[in-house]
Amino acid sequence: MFDWQFFVLLMSNGILIGLMYSLIALGFVLVYKATDAINFAQGEFVMIAGFVVVAFLFTYHMPLWVSIVAGLVAMVAFGFGLERVVLRKLIGRPIIAVVMATIGLAAVLRGLGPLTWGADTKNLALPISDEPFILGPLFVPPIQILGAAVSLAFLAIFGWFFLKSRKGIAMRAVADSQQVAMAMGINVERYFALAWAMTGVVSALGGVVWGSLLGVDVHLALVGFKVFPVVILGGLDSIPGAILGGLIVGIVENVAAGYIDPYVGGGTKDFAPYVLMIAALMVRPYGIFGKRIIERV
Amino acid sequence: MLKTTYEADMALYPLPIARWTVAAIAVLFFVVLPLVLHEYYLSIINLVSIACIGALGLNILVGYTGQISVGHGAFMSVGAYTAANFAVRMGAPWPVNLIAGGLMAALVGAIVGIPSLRIKGLYLAIATLAGQLIIEWTINHVTFISGGVQASIEVPRPEIFGFRIASQTEMYFFLLGFVVLAVVGTMNLVRSRIGRAFVAIRDQDIAAEIIGINIFRYKLLAFAISSFYAGITGVLYTYYLGVANYEQFQINVSIDYLAMIIIGGLGSVLGSIFGAIFVTLLPIVIRLSMESFGGYLFSDAAILNIIPNMRLILFGGLIIIFLVAEPEGLNRLWRNIRSYFRVWPFAY
Repeated sequence: MFDWQFFVLLMSNGILIGLMYSLIALGFVLVYKATDAINFAQGEFVMIAGFVVVAFLFTYHMPLWVSIVAGLVAMVAFGFGLERVVLRKLIGRPIIAVVMATIGLAAVLRGLGPLTWGADTKNLALPISDEPFILGPLFVPPIQILGAAVSLAFLAIFGWFFLKSRKGIAMRAVADSQQVAMAMGINVERYFALAWAMTGVVSALGGVVWGSLLGVDVHLALVGFKVFPVVILGGLDSIPGAILGGLIVGIVENVAAGYIDPYVGGGTKDFAPYVLMIAALMVRPYGIFGKRIIERV
Repeated sequence: MLKTTYEADMALYPLPIARWTVAAIAVLFFVVLPLVLHEYYLSIINLVSIACIGALGLNILVGYTGQISVGHGAFMSVGAYTAANFAVRMGAPWPVNLIAGGLMAALVGAIVGIPSLRIKGLYLAIATLAGQLIIEWTINHVTFISGGVQASIEVPRPEIFGFRIASQTEMYFFLLGFVVLAVVGTMNLVRSRIGRAFVAIRDQDIAAEIIGINIFRYKLLAFAISSFYAGITGVLYTYYLGVANYEQFQINVSIDYLAMIIIGGLGSVLGSIFGAIFVTLLPIVIRLSMESFGGYLFSDAAILNIIPNMRLILFGGLIIIFLVAEPEGLNRLWRNIRSYFRVWPFAY
């Protein structure tokens, strides 16, 4: 007999976790949209933001909101600096150069975090209760609701930014064609820096939400591995795609883990999204909402 | 020196002096080093040798053909487990295991490379990353492949005509033979018709297709050859350790090998070797220097934390520095030094 209660539980969990994946994927999409650069260090961004917030919270004994603001400021500065020092130098170089630079950056951050702040897992407690809401058959931890709310808020903010604001329209122009944007008097490099700084903001909040869910240590960076299935499914340059992709990945991995894990002994969560992604790459590599430009040679 | 014939242009040794250099290097590695060095240092050279073969293979794919792979660690594990299963289940001798491991890795690599027909660049990077994670998971969860307990299989030591290769010195000669094969094989490959097709695809794929190169076939061939090298690397590493274990072939290994060819120099045989030496020695040098001098500055517990993290930071930092400052890697630095001394004391 089909256990509906179990299925609904898996689905609701998947939706909430999926929205939290979307938050991280959003950071990836922002950079790709504006600069065509692929950030293989997105998970490490989130991890390092978590470390910074925790350091302010415990080492300097700041209140939570100061720590979060400090995390935001640090990540924005980091985004600006990174663009200035590394990525600007790689403009016009083959795509593998940018991919490898961010892979190298990921290694640096994964070493720097534990080296500076210690390898032990830190508990980033938010002032919300651990008691799950119980809605009929559903158990929903408040932190997941908060994470989902933050992602949806960002979706709305960035949606407005790209559609209505002057800077957002300029950024879309840069994404569309750097040369034409330059000819229209847009300072392309400044918008590159802005995109990286925005990724810093998203990563900082991702670090707070995911850090309080999983605890802050080097394993926090592993959420970054979920970014790729999310963005491939949704479309690399699409913000609604990041949300939808996150939902799909969240649901698929939870349902797959719920039904397949008992037979294979765990690990389906990390495996199922990638199988789905390979299928998507074969059928529709530009994703659900992505631009249809894909070179085939 | 002007080249007037095709034979001269295609020659393995462009200058007569190269023969003597090669002979001198052969004497150094086959006679002098094993006589002079302690077994511990030979065991380090053995690690370098294994890395050399893998780096050469990856360079054929990334440096010469321009296709990226973040899944080479997994291809190595395919080779390793194929060989281990052949050795344990059928008691096959090592040459059979080696070839089987290489061929199986080539097959899997070509399958993972199939998306390279439709997608490239970043998409290919992500697809091969998926390949890495899926292969890792499969080996870890399918007990038929992994042998169950902790997914590791012990393999017997290789034997040559009844002579068991057990010590590091014996292993040194065993591995050195394969390094020579891999180096000569790669040099011959890249100057052949196939190698030139690879370079054409890397430089301009559309132009390559127009001059009659079957892109699909050559891309898959590049994946297969590169994965064959990776499979051989996996098998040799398994024989070196005496056990096949998937933890030796995780995603960080794929990244290590990518770092080798970037630091060493993309699209260069010598660069692959430089990179393999550099990346293999880096953690050893860090560990030795921290153990010798770190005690003056840090506590013992701090050193245990510093060593692995320092390795990651230096490693990632070097990748970035080489990409930004010297995209052609150590090979370019070497050429600069060489050409400086060749004309010394004149400026040019």
